[in-house]
Amino acid sequence: MAAKATKPVMTDLKGQTLVTLRTLKEKNPAALSTYQSLGGYEQLKRIITEKVKATEIINQVKVSGLRGRGGAGFPTGLKWSFMPRYFDGTKYLVCNTDEGEPGTFKDRDIIRYNPHQLIEGMAIAAYTLGARVGYNYIHGEIWQDYQTFEAALAEAREAGFIGENLFGTGFSFDLYAVHGYGAYICGEETALIESIEGNKGQPRFKPPFPASYGVFGKPTNVNNTESYTSIPWILQHGGQAFADLGVPNSGGSKIFSVSGHVEKPGNYEIKMGTPFADLLAMAGGVWKGRKLKAVIPGGPSTAVLPADKIMSATMDYDGLSKAGSSLGAGSMIVMDDTTCMVKALKRLSYFFYEESCGQCTPCREGTGWVYRVIKRIVDGQGRMEDLDLLTDVCNNISGRTICALGDAAATPVLSFIKHFRPEFEYYIQHGKSMIDGK
Amino acid sequence: MLSAEAIKKIEYELTKYPPEKRQAAVMSALRIVQMERGWLSQESISEVAEYLGIPEIAAMEVATFYNMYDLEPVGKYKLTVCTNISCMLRGSDEIVSHLQDKLGIGFNEITPDGKFCLKEGECMGCCGGAPLLHVNNTDMREFMTPEKVDELLKELK
Repeated sequence: MAAKATKPVMTDLKGQTLVTLRTLKEKNPAALSTYQSLGGYEQLKRIITEKVKATEIINQVKVSGLRGRGGAGFPTGLKWSFMPRYFDGTKYLVCNTDEGEPGTFKDRDIIRYNPHQLIEGMAIAAYTLGARVGYNYIHGEIWQDYQTFEAALAEAREAGFIGENLFGTGFSFDLYAVHGYGAYICGEETALIESIEGNKGQPRFKPPFPASYGVFGKPTNVNNTESYTSIPWILQHGGQAFADLGVPNSGGSKIFSVSGHVEKPGNYEIKMGTPFADLLAMAGGVWKGRKLKAVIPGGPSTAVLPADKIMSATMDYDGLSKAGSSLGAGSMIVMDDTTCMVKALKRLSYFFYEESCGQCTPCREGTGWVYRVIKRIVDGQGRMEDLDLLTDVCNNISGRTICALGDAAATPVLSFIKHFRPEFEYYIQHGKSMIDGK
Repeated sequence: MLSAEAIKKIEYELTKYPPEKRQAAVMSALRIVQMERGWLSQESISEVAEYLGIPEIAAMEVATFYNMYDLEPVGKYKLTVCTNISCMLRGSDEIVSHLQDKLGIGFNEITPDGKFCLKEGECMGCCGGAPLLHVNNTDMREFMTPEKVDELLKELK
């Protein structure tokens, strides 16, 4: 069964530095033959047949400066070194393709346009960490892309790149696709592990971390799709070459998902450290000739930035941190000057309320309170003290929950009010939006 | 009773996990049965639990936690419109009101002929193609406009 030839819905590749989406330049990007024509699976073959030492591979990943692409930005090489070297039993490898953070849609393009590079990256990680079995957990809504990935797995298995006794060396690695079914929280690694085991996706208390207690209670390494997919390129060109693509502290290129009010929404894989202004220009600028108002740079769990702050920022971990937000998963939600921030926040707070798993009281109750207070402002029933109330509730969610969803729910509320307070005050005083008058 | 076809698919899913971890396949088993029957009745959920040899409550917990499982009938075509931020910024409200006008139903309602059901969805992870409309959990339609909604409604016989 060959991977289905999906005609890419592409952004203009000019100015992009393709690492994880490098097959996009080719005619049939998802096909095994396409990936092999670019040197695909040669790194896997080399390290397995030449028995390259795990420490050497981990060292290359450390040199590359690759940081977790799922949002947390934790150095991948360091994470890999947490996996126990010796363990009497099966170790697991997990890939997180559960993109549910609004504005995030990069990993979808990897599994539908370049699935084999992800498979090779996971197989290399499995060899390095001694994992025998891997799972790629894929977001529920992207059924067609899940099937593309299943087909790619079958192709790789048939070609002998995953499965038993790879390259006749005795090393075996089985990799499977797992399909989520609609829960944002499963993007959190321990909730995802619970979901693989067939449970409700409620995060586990950490420690123990997955490296010691993961899938079925066994040592497990969890990385994001884009992180694994960077690995074959890093081994092919060397860790330093990857680091050199970016800027200090932010190695490589990275996919930025641009959505919202731009002329050409889509994924742009560009060098870390690229000015936001350049990325916005690549995405065709703000649509309809309007002015930029604000950008949420890393998905709603990162702080919103007003136009002046984002326009002078660079797209890397330190650049966005200096601007007062964070890179997150690189999910840029662009808003033009017709956007009512109060209504936008109402929608975001509903999302976190809806998606709270209900395990921790501050998040379960707090997200509901936040939503109801913002809703009453939008319904014209707001009170001036509501803004302090919202801040207070958010401060009582942040840092008081098992997982980061609590903090994620608080961040948009605090940052929207901080940067756009007059809009909220106007809405409360007049019972309607300062922006659209409704 | 689970169909032979469903059992074949569930057995494939079970090959992904250690033999003693049958519960791991519950999510896909529920999905397989839902795709075959349109929605998950209490009876369907018990059949899945029984086949996997897990407590019924374990299957229930999963069926009620993940929002793509339908525990009530959803008509022949379930149309889920994402209204989250990226879709909202690109006009999902207009898609919703157009669908509501055309079909004469609100969210979580089914047309009298049993053909369409309308749902509000959370982020589907395809925001570059906003606004999005998802048909029966499997068919992602991107860059929706009222005109494309009309075409889609004609296409879905």
